[in-house]
Amino acid sequence: MVASSEAVLPLERRGTFDPMAIRAQFPIFDRLLPNGQPLIFLDSAASAQKPRCVIEKERECYERYYANAYRGDYQFGVHIDEELEATRAKVRDFIGAPASEEIIFTAGSTMSINLVANAWGRKFLRAGDEILLTQMEHHANLVPWQQIAHATGATLRYIPLASDWQLDLDRLDEVLIARTKIIALSGMSNVLGTIPPVREIAAKAHKRGALVLVDGAQSVPHLATNVRDLDIDFLAFSAHKLYGPSGVGVLWGRRQLLEAMDPFICGGHMISEVFWDHSTWAAIPAKFEAGTLPIAQAIALGAAVDFVTGIGMPAIQAHDAELTAYAHERLATVPGLRIFGPGPAHKGPIVSFALEGVHPQDLANLVDRKGVAVRHGHHCTMPLHSLLGVPATTRASFGVYTTRGDIDALVEAIEFARQKLRRA
Amino acid sequence: MSGNLLFGTGNSPPRDSTLSSSQATTIPELIETFDALGDWEAQCDYLIDLGHEIPDFPESARIEANRVHGCQSNVWLITEIKPGNPPVIEIQADSDSMIVRGLIAVLLMAYSGKTAREILQTDIQQTFARLGLNRQLSSARRNGLAGMVQRIRSLAEQSAGEHS
Repeated sequence: MVASSEAVLPLERRGTFDPMAIRAQFPIFDRLLPNGQPLIFLDSAASAQKPRCVIEKERECYERYYANAYRGDYQFGVHIDEELEATRAKVRDFIGAPASEEIIFTAGSTMSINLVANAWGRKFLRAGDEILLTQMEHHANLVPWQQIAHATGATLRYIPLASDWQLDLDRLDEVLIARTKIIALSGMSNVLGTIPPVREIAAKAHKRGALVLVDGAQSVPHLATNVRDLDIDFLAFSAHKLYGPSGVGVLWGRRQLLEAMDPFICGGHMISEVFWDHSTWAAIPAKFEAGTLPIAQAIALGAAVDFVTGIGMPAIQAHDAELTAYAHERLATVPGLRIFGPGPAHKGPIVSFALEGVHPQDLANLVDRKGVAVRHGHHCTMPLHSLLGVPATTRASFGVYTTRGDIDALVEAIEFARQKLRRA
Repeated sequence: MSGNLLFGTGNSPPRDSTLSSSQATTIPELIETFDALGDWEAQCDYLIDLGHEIPDFPESARIEANRVHGCQSNVWLITEIKPGNPPVIEIQADSDSMIVRGLIAVLLMAYSGKTAREILQTDIQQTFARLGLNRQLSSARRNGLAGMVQRIRSLAEQSAGEHS
């Protein structure tokens, strides 16, 4: 396999970085766990830890210029607006969006997808129209579409997975049909790590007149993402997986789509004029930003974008590839361990596995004693797990601070768990 | 691994051989054993050991109707009324999680072979609190445990109704 030979190249030849130097920027690693163990954090796909620059930016906002946004004419109010707009511009550049107004602050990926499903779907979907998803979607990119399908009479279809855990594009023509109005797909599976060829799928979708929404919750923190380059229509992602604060995320959409859509959440700031019997809507992005934003969090998202662009997405990808290859290599030595997902050269830094005779919850519990934090369960992908043939898996996922040593600790902890559970 | 010195973790503390050789069979014995073991890691290991010892569950009973919901792991639970005056309730249960099997062992100690009235009068929450399970188990595990207790209590209620 290509990646495993790449994995042994020294760091300096891969244009990557020293994760220990990066880790020093994350205060969470400064302290030991209550049982005295150092933290081996392998759950970044659920939520990433925060670097000092992000924490400091949020603190700076509260300590120096906090006020509600887009409302005050006092100096503070002006400053906070400028900070928010600075973040909007950073996000715009980060994802290659044409305009700042197309960057909408939301509560996170889930809210971004719900926004499109409701604000676009309820207005434009008709009975008999089709919504195309993939078999590996997170519930956040599945359940909102189910609800909209029920409400509009549209039908859900799924791009199937092939035996190599990639989307089966040979069968795309079976499911991408003239009545397909939108394809909503993950940019990186949160379980398999699979990275679908978004550009190729988007090109085919557009030929059929369908829009493309990418759930970038997993992909945006790990893959350089350029919405113009990918030629997609909507991109959703969360700050908290991108080393930013929780509670804030982004929806990017093409201007003409956002302008044509109805509002989703209604309230203050999203209106132009309100009469007794009707209202008119503010221009984008305000139309989709009802109520008070997660202000300090959105501002600190700008610091998170600076943090990852400072490291560089190519370096992050190289780091991810190296670690993922190493994880596959090491986990392959554990008896009875089966990884669900493509080979390491074809996936993101997510390794989900099952260990024969060991329940994932017991495994997570026992490796935790060694300070190893992994996720167990269905990872919000119950339909996908029905395909995997197991009710639950254990997932290790990596971030910029993850080291080979963390993976060694995981493998040792799994061995410890097998002994405890008398599976050794 | 280094840095595991604060609370003496890493390997379980050396266990008193009399403890592992004589398994607790009643709740008071279990409480005594837990107290002697001291820390949760040793107690959890002991639960896993207890889980290995629970009676085999009949394959034919491993069906959806006997599955306890609210658990992240699969749990099956059946009861059988043993005739007598008054009749007692025998409980059998199983899980694909070894830690849950250990918790099942605790429930069997508390409930199995008791009358419906005794089961309904048992304050299991007090036992869980005394064992420190409320503190140590994740909320998902606690919910699963509550699901098993609920199933046992409702089967006991049915039985009490039938035999009153």
